[in-house]
Amino acid sequence: MKKTLLTVALAAAAGFGASAASADTLDNVKQKGFVQCGVNNGLAGFGSQDSAGNWAGLDVDFCKAVAAAVFGDATKVKYTPLSAKDRFPALQSGEVDLLARNTTWTISRDTQLGFNFRPINYYDGQGFMVKKSLGVKSALELSGAAVCVQTGTTTELNLADYFKSNKMEYKPVVFEKQEEVDAAYDAGRCDVYTTDQSGLYAIRLTLKQPDEHEILPEIISKEPLGPAVRQGDDKWFDIVSFTHYAMVTAEEFGITQANLDEMLKSENPDIKRFLGEEAESTIGKDLGLDNKWAYNVIKAVGNYGESFERNVGQGSPLKIARGLNNLWSKGGLQYAPPIR
Amino acid sequence: MTMEEAELSARRPDRPVFYNDPFWRSLAYQLLTILVLAGAIVWMWTNTLENLKRANLSSGFGFLQSRAGFDLAQALIPYSSDSSYFRALEVGLLNTLAVAALGIVTTTILGLLIGIGRLSSNWLVRKLATVYVEAFRNIPLLVIIFFWYKGVLNALPNVRESIVMPFGMILNNRGFYFPAPIFGEGSILILVALAVGILAAFLWSRRAKAQQMATGKRPPVFWVNVALVLGLPILTFLVLGAPLTFDMPVAGKFNISGGNIVGPEFMSLYLALSFYTAAFIAEIVRAGIRGVAKGQTEAAYALGIQPGRTMRLVILPQALRIIIPPMTSQYLNLTKNSSLAVAIGYADLVAVGGTILNQTGRAIEVVAIWLLIYVSISLATSLFMNWFNRKMALVER
Ligand SMILES: N[C@@H](CCC(=O)N[C@@H](CS)C(=O)NCC(=O)O)C(=O)O
Repeated sequence: MKKTLLTVALAAAAGFGASAASADTLDNVKQKGFVQCGVNNGLAGFGSQDSAGNWAGLDVDFCKAVAAAVFGDATKVKYTPLSAKDRFPALQSGEVDLLARNTTWTISRDTQLGFNFRPINYYDGQGFMVKKSLGVKSALELSGAAVCVQTGTTTELNLADYFKSNKMEYKPVVFEKQEEVDAAYDAGRCDVYTTDQSGLYAIRLTLKQPDEHEILPEIISKEPLGPAVRQGDDKWFDIVSFTHYAMVTAEEFGITQANLDEMLKSENPDIKRFLGEEAESTIGKDLGLDNKWAYNVIKAVGNYGESFERNVGQGSPLKIARGLNNLWSKGGLQYAPPIR
Repeated sequence: MTMEEAELSARRPDRPVFYNDPFWRSLAYQLLTILVLAGAIVWMWTNTLENLKRANLSSGFGFLQSRAGFDLAQALIPYSSDSSYFRALEVGLLNTLAVAALGIVTTTILGLLIGIGRLSSNWLVRKLATVYVEAFRNIPLLVIIFFWYKGVLNALPNVRESIVMPFGMILNNRGFYFPAPIFGEGSILILVALAVGILAAFLWSRRAKAQQMATGKRPPVFWVNVALVLGLPILTFLVLGAPLTFDMPVAGKFNISGGNIVGPEFMSLYLALSFYTAAFIAEIVRAGIRGVAKGQTEAAYALGIQPGRTMRLVILPQALRIIIPPMTSQYLNLTKNSSLAVAIGYADLVAVGGTILNQTGRAIEVVAIWLLIYVSISLATSLFMNWFNRKMALVER
């Protein structure tokens, strides 16, 4: 099985080779000529392939953005589709340079697994989906239910805690692959499907009868989803972090894919600096990148808001509202440190 | 030195120099091999630790004592999310052993029947057995597991349309529910009665055999034994005033609650493992029976022994000697194949270990635990089968 192979490979790599995780990821990436990005196996809105094999999604956009920042070319990226269980060994062993796969930042993943998280490219929370015919209106009515959940996620931990603290019982039905969870839920093996709420919206669309299912109002956890890199490579960590912040900054400045080239003529010193038009600025160079890095990112994928709307918002079948993921100035949590 | 010894050594051809001496040379090579092996292990060990440190990963088995935090669908021993990772592994191991043990029993019986069926003189039986073997041997196990799982999930009705069977048994796509017996006070005596009954039956059979040897007459054995093994406990049960109640499964808001439940994951894994392995066992059985000289059958027939008894008393005991060794491999295969449970979400050792691996990131530790446990199970099975094999071997008189 793939997962077992991966972990055994990791164990073997740790046993035989020198550390697979090269200390200088940027050098390594430049040498290879592409960014190896760990993405979702197939979750609409975040990372999935269309029938022609093209990848799309919020996380996929992020991978492209990093490639654009490094190479000025968003096509210089290769994807490794990963299940919830495969993703961490893949990053630890150096199989991927970067993990952008709706992954929740938790303290134990940060410390025990040896990763670094910083920007959050989607503020999420765990929710429940049930068949409408059950007549359930709140998660607190779920005592006694059979709950389908994917293993290797924060989801299965939150689930146990939520039912325990509300003194409710449940029967977990656990699978490793999301397709299996979907199929089991669709076949009535369980009453409830639980995962990140964004995931529920995406999964509902793939069920046999999407309108027969509803998502309950409760959000039972905080799921800050963001890209992760290995500890011990601050330069790469900074590049990954500021790629996201560049997308947010562009939205704050009102820079879009469409008006980007016009903005180059802007007299606003903040914007000039951001787009690499300020003479003598070393911002890009200090990151180890070209001075036009931010320009390249926006050229490739647009600002954060554009990427959001295209993949999970109004421009997508998911139609998720910005909510927490709006800019801080508009009541959301997206906030970028100054680029100066 | 005595005269003869001196003479002997004088007669021996010139001893080669020690590095050409086969004894020293093989010793040197063996030592070298051991040193290289030990060196490789030490190197791997230190390298692993160093690489873990460099990747900022912690190591060691201390984490097994931490709170697991996740729930498991099937636990044969008390378990909750407050239990430790270690406890979770125990649950997984028991689940593996449960499905393997039941699978081994079932597959042996099934394989034996089909193997004999392949040699049947009845055309239909023979062909059916052949089709069975060819079909199951040539389909990948994973496909069979999925076949059963999807079959069970899709063919059985939803909770709301559960099939209600006699004695409070309920069947739906979430499992098979049956009343859980709750034994009252003094129930242990029933067990004692059962043990006594079995012992008595055993002694009676021995006596009957002795009597048959001595007098040529065989006292009734079967019915006496049934009376002893079943009658004694039942009598005790009645005398105690029937101290037995049942926890009946009842329909709740979402699920059936109460009673005992066998989940569809266990069911399909168990069936798939049994059916699949039985095809191989049938072939082993067939080969074993074929391996017994035809003269044995003819001799038995000539003595007027009926075909059924010939098989049971003459052929099978001899065939067993050929059958047992390859059978061991099949049992080991079945046990190891049970790790395909992951695919359908049965909480076996690999599935639980995988979850722990993922929640804690302790890849090397978990992989080591997997290896250790599977090796132990396999060695234990082998040891038992070797013992059994020796017991069955031809005793020369
Ligand atoms: N955010 C949670 C859950 C992430 C997760 O794996 N979600 C599932 C359900 S939405 C998923 O993406 N599965 C897709 C797959 O494994 O193919 C975590 O980081 O543990």
